[in-house]
Amino acid sequence: MATYSTNEFKRGLKVMLDGDPASIVENEFVKPGKGQAFSRVKLRNLKTGRVIERTFKSGESIEAADVLDTEMQYLYNDGEHWHFMNTETFEQVGADETAVGDAKQWLKEQDVCTVTLWNGVPISVLPPNHVTLKVVETDPGIRGDTATGGTKPARLESGAVVQVPLFIDIGDVLKVDTRTGQYISRAKE
Amino acid sequence: MGWRPAATLGSLRERARVLSRIRAFFEARGVWEVETPILSVAGTTDAHIDSFTTRYQGPGAAGGLPLYLHTSPEFPMKRLLAAGSGPIFQMAKVFRQGEMGRLHNPEFTLLEWYRPGFGIAELMDEVEALVRSFLNYAPARRVSYAQAFEEVLGLDPHRADAAQLGACAKACGLGPVPDLGGDRDAWLNLLFSHRVESTLEGLTFVHDYPASQAALARVREGDPPVAERFELYVEGVELANGFHELSDAGEQRFRFATEREQRRAGGQEDVAADERLLQALENGLPDCSGVALGVDRLVMRTLRLDSVADVIGFPIDRA
Repeated sequence: MATYSTNEFKRGLKVMLDGDPASIVENEFVKPGKGQAFSRVKLRNLKTGRVIERTFKSGESIEAADVLDTEMQYLYNDGEHWHFMNTETFEQVGADETAVGDAKQWLKEQDVCTVTLWNGVPISVLPPNHVTLKVVETDPGIRGDTATGGTKPARLESGAVVQVPLFIDIGDVLKVDTRTGQYISRAKE
Repeated sequence: MGWRPAATLGSLRERARVLSRIRAFFEARGVWEVETPILSVAGTTDAHIDSFTTRYQGPGAAGGLPLYLHTSPEFPMKRLLAAGSGPIFQMAKVFRQGEMGRLHNPEFTLLEWYRPGFGIAELMDEVEALVRSFLNYAPARRVSYAQAFEEVLGLDPHRADAAQLGACAKACGLGPVPDLGGDRDAWLNLLFSHRVESTLEGLTFVHDYPASQAALARVREGDPPVAERFELYVEGVELANGFHELSDAGEQRFRFATEREQRRAGGQEDVAADERLLQALENGLPDCSGVALGVDRLVMRTLRLDSVADVIGFPIDRA
């Protein structure tokens, strides 16, 4: 079993904490001139996303987590699992709803996502920063209105609802930023 | 790019100005600058400070002479005091193994000075005068260790036992903490560094430490006995540590032995006691107080920067 000592702590290091994989967000070396050295660490639980603080004695070791961020292509959803494929090894994995989380509203077949695998099992999915998705539901577009700056909601083929300009119509294809959920532009077919 | 300094040239020029103003401060007060060896056959026995080691080989030492890089110039400066130097200061690069972070670099610049005839109150006055000539702060607050501790944690640090301190550490919002067992001082250090320091605003002197944390300070008898030791904090960052210096050779010998025992128990490398310091104390150290101040941190605060790497040209990752 691999372990890391506090001397190896750095941002991004993946470790086991209370049975869950976690990623180090911040590591502060705390040492009074006369007295004990400690590592004060902020970690993100990779399953829940929650950030926790922990103090370790300098030199203490903790278990490493077998966590890997892998670029994978989204294939399909069978109603229970979202299936992804490694395009180099053709290996496929199925991610459950907890792992896919908020990403599911952005998933379109063949898009390449970052899938975080823990012991080979997906625990989280990050969609591409920019996705191109078709509008399936919105109020009729106001032709020619490209200047008033008004917006309306539009439902996309993947399920997400975004605010779009008034001229957008059903069937339009949009470029959207998944980090902010914001409309960027109309995409050419 | 790897060859460039970590600090800007502007910061390094400011650093140079701080160094020359420190020298002027002491010259005006009749405290003269000394230099003592960086390489020494004696190291520190302090269980929480680890030394770098090296080796001299050549004329006079055909078999090789193991040497420590000093972690502070304290012992040879006390030998100068015992030889009758009067008030002295030194600015030296010192070296500590295993210390690296936002406020630490394994080699750093320490300003250390000694004042025969001063108690810690007078030395705190002088530290404050120096520091306030660089940092624009209101006069420093002075608070005892016990008061600072009790204000934040509601426990008497002199009387609480390890179990009470441990329970306090687990309940004070730190999240899970390492189990430090029956080691009272380790719990005190954890609580003080994680919970109390961050509450110390502006300039704060903390004085009268638990006798078990006297290090090289005299212990003043009383109920409870306290170490005549102080620390200066700037916005919660430790800047200086001072002592009414222990001059009793027998007591010093006993503390060296206790620290060596602590190192042995912790599985750390043994370090021999500095016999030349003990001889100097036996010969007689004048009644004096002394203090060590982190120059990198002083420059950092003077320039309102966040990390010592911002004021060191080449920290260890570029050295």
